[in-house]
Amino acid sequence: MNDAERGHRLAVLLPYRLAPPRMTVRISPPSAAILCFCAIMAASTAWAQSGPAMLSPLQVILKWSPLLLWGFGFNILISLLSMVLGTIAGVGLGLALLSEFRPLAAASWLITQFFRNAPWLVLLFFVMFLVPFQVTLFKTTIPLPDWIKATVGFALPVMANVAEVVRGAVRSIPSTQWEAAESLSFTPRQTMWLIMLPQCIKRMLPPWMNVYALVTMSTVLASIVGVSEMLTLTAQVHAAEGGRPELFAPLYGFALLCFFLYCYPINLWTARLERRYRVR
Amino acid sequence: MATSWTPDQPIVQCVDVRKSFGALEVLKGISLSVRKGEVICIIGPSGSGKSTLIRCINALQPISSGSIQIEGIEVTDPRLDKLALRRKVGMVFQQYNLFPHKTALQNVMMAPIHVLRQNRAEVEARARALLAKVRLAGKEDSYPGELSGGQQQRVAIARSLAMRPDIMLFDEVTAALDPETVKEVLVTIRELAEDGMTCILVTHEMNFAREVADHVYFTDRGVIVEHGPPDTLFTAAKDQRTQRFLSQVL
Repeated sequence: MNDAERGHRLAVLLPYRLAPPRMTVRISPPSAAILCFCAIMAASTAWAQSGPAMLSPLQVILKWSPLLLWGFGFNILISLLSMVLGTIAGVGLGLALLSEFRPLAAASWLITQFFRNAPWLVLLFFVMFLVPFQVTLFKTTIPLPDWIKATVGFALPVMANVAEVVRGAVRSIPSTQWEAAESLSFTPRQTMWLIMLPQCIKRMLPPWMNVYALVTMSTVLASIVGVSEMLTLTAQVHAAEGGRPELFAPLYGFALLCFFLYCYPINLWTARLERRYRVR
Repeated sequence: MATSWTPDQPIVQCVDVRKSFGALEVLKGISLSVRKGEVICIIGPSGSGKSTLIRCINALQPISSGSIQIEGIEVTDPRLDKLALRRKVGMVFQQYNLFPHKTALQNVMMAPIHVLRQNRAEVEARARALLAKVRLAGKEDSYPGELSGGQQQRVAIARSLAMRPDIMLFDEVTAALDPETVKEVLVTIRELAEDGMTCILVTHEMNFAREVADHVYFTDRGVIVEHGPPDTLFTAAKDQRTQRFLSQVL
């Protein structure tokens, strides 16, 4: 009698485990890729009726993919830079929101609310048209290309959202931690940097990553103000291929696919972190 | 004024301390004095202002009127250096309030290093000795979440002691503990008292108060109803309210 048989005959009740609630609809990246691929292929049927001299949509995408992916890299660059800028400014603004000095807290509250509630595109237009295309510092002229200005434009709403994340996280720490620090003679600044913020990082990570995914998806707005990112390039490729209507879906489908493959894992990871940190 | 204090004068002196939260007067003229090395217990029903009183002693809350002096330093002085005052006064809370992102050893070391700016190696040696003293040798690298309530509370005591305070305040430190871990915390406090530390305890542990205190104050509704040596207070209370309270809890 082998082990498997014995195990079968003397069936034991396995320990009861609560399955974690599955609230998210799970589409694995491979199946999403297949979905997008199908969409592209479906559009190819339209091409089948046209003349053989033209390239198939798939060939068009392959032909232009280095350029399109270069554009996508630009989107990622803009998103990363605006996240870095916005996070640095946002942590400062968030700390100012928590300041005991009333006028400072009030002013930063106003700034936060203003930039959180303004449409991103409007902010982008403001930065694009209000910031000069070059600045002269100590007789050196530094050019400010469009994409730098766009980065600043995205950093503004990021700053306001990060400020709110910081404020919420610090407020969520029980006030007894402040009292304990106070009774040990820590100054308010030491309490903030040594005791509050380190405890907040875990709590801040999921909402912060959420902001990042939002910024990444919003970077295509930069195409409206003429930055050569992926969407701009997609439109140009479409025009270069003669604006054939059957290329529309495959080309933009490719852009969708790229963004999905980049943002979806971030969201999955965020959800996982959220679940892990909920249990304290 | 601070310089005029000598160790033979009361180390803590409260005179007619009043404290209101809005229209609610919580402390209605409390006067008490504690001598160096003395252990006093404040007992009384919930909501009688016991915790508020010791939080006022530590300047965690401002008082409405009256005077509190710690080693001759007036706590109500608007120019008071609160940080200097709190270096003399250690406080242990009901909910331990350890810093959850730091290990037991780091919890004990943080304040001496960052507040007193003492040498790290020396602080670490002292912190390890303190953890051994509260019987937590071997738990230095545990995080608060990995320790039992009683262990956490002993880390909290060690954390306060690391600042080398002159006075220790204990705010119902066993109230949140499981019965089986209460004893280990009380043993730690008793050893501290025997070493000559000035202690002010707010407690519901009547037997412990009787055993360890030099002087017991019974408070009810914001006033000190009666006070005296534990043997007198616990066996021959004069006031009816004290008698009723003791008959309920003993």
